Amino acid sequence: MIVADEKSLPEILDMIKDCNHILVLGCKGCVTVCNVGGLKEVQILASALRIGRKKDGRIVKVDEEILERQCDPEYVAQIKDRVQNYDGVVSLACGVGPQFLSEAYPDQHFFPAVNTKFFGGAVAHGIWEERCAGCGNCIIHNFDGLCPIARCSKSLMNGPCGGSSNGKCEIDKEILCIWDSIVRKKMASGQLNDLLKVMPIKDWRTARDGGPRKRIKEDLTK
Amino acid sequence: MTTDNFEPKILAFCCKYCAYAAADLAGSMRLSYPSNVKVIQVPCTGRVDITYLLRAIEDGADGVYVAGCLEGECHFLAGNLRTKKRVKYVKKVLADLKIEPERVEMFNLSSAMGPRFAEIANEMTDRIKKLGPSPIKNNDQCKEVKHDCSR
Repeated sequence: MIVADEKSLPEILDMIKDCNHILVLGCKGCVTVCNVGGLKEVQILASALRIGRKKDGRIVKVDEEILERQCDPEYVAQIKDRVQNYDGVVSLACGVGPQFLSEAYPDQHFFPAVNTKFFGGAVAHGIWEERCAGCGNCIIHNFDGLCPIARCSKSLMNGPCGGSSNGKCEIDKEILCIWDSIVRKKMASGQLNDLLKVMPIKDWRTARDGGPRKRIKEDLTK
Repeated sequence: MTTDNFEPKILAFCCKYCAYAAADLAGSMRLSYPSNVKVIQVPCTGRVDITYLLRAIEDGADGVYVAGCLEGECHFLAGNLRTKKRVKYVKKVLADLKIEPERVEMFNLSSAMGPRFAEIANEMTDRIKKLGPSPIKNNDQCKEVKHDCSR
């Protein structure tokens, strides 16, 4: 899933400083699962914004709503009849949500309330880690299911660098050296020789380097 | 309202198994505590959500506290520990909004600690009296900003 993090309240309050009536709009997709943009977070943010503005002597009317997803036009269309009633809409979806909303309602103001961080998962309750860099050409089968593109700080594909120390990366003692894990896993399964194969230079055109990407599934298109 | 005659409104979320029972005991012991404190019984402090605390502040409470079992003695194992983190979160929200985070607090006590219940109520009332009225309440009559959403 896409993992996001909360923006600071002063930053959000600054974004909506000229608005009297706003909609705080959550998303039931990834941001609900990573506890940053679901119904509960909508209620918390709405309450915090009301408190912040009331303290400054400037009331803001805040409505709360959540969409099934903000990254599908059919769900975005569900607020069509009321979106223009607001001075601004604060979206708690990942960066995709406010963009779909902006495209659907060009006359409205949309403000992002979260910072989108990475593709990852929950390793424990309340802790999420990056697992995928969305490079567009998955090669993790070569590394026993561990991705050196997303999880090595340098995205190295042919073994660890000199910064690997006791299984940790030199940039932070909390970060695992994924190459240490790959080598250990290969050793445990007796397949260390697999790593003698030199991985070719990666074609990064399938990643962001090739510009904004698009996927078309012909059998679904009209 | 001057701070001299300021009588704060304080909300206390009290766990049925400890703080609420301690309040009963305080009553049986004829211990007095300030009438500023309004008690809400909850089945466990783990039931207290972040939104409850924020809504209390939003709706004009000068202070809010949660009183749960002693750490390690929650009847539902970890309800009080979970809410301790929620109280910490709300304190951060208030601090971000430049409101005194001390207006929200977490306390732990057992059902046998009637005098401690009264002590907490006194402590919280004194604290809020020193802080003064909630800046939210002061602005109940605040005006809407002039609409200026340039698009």
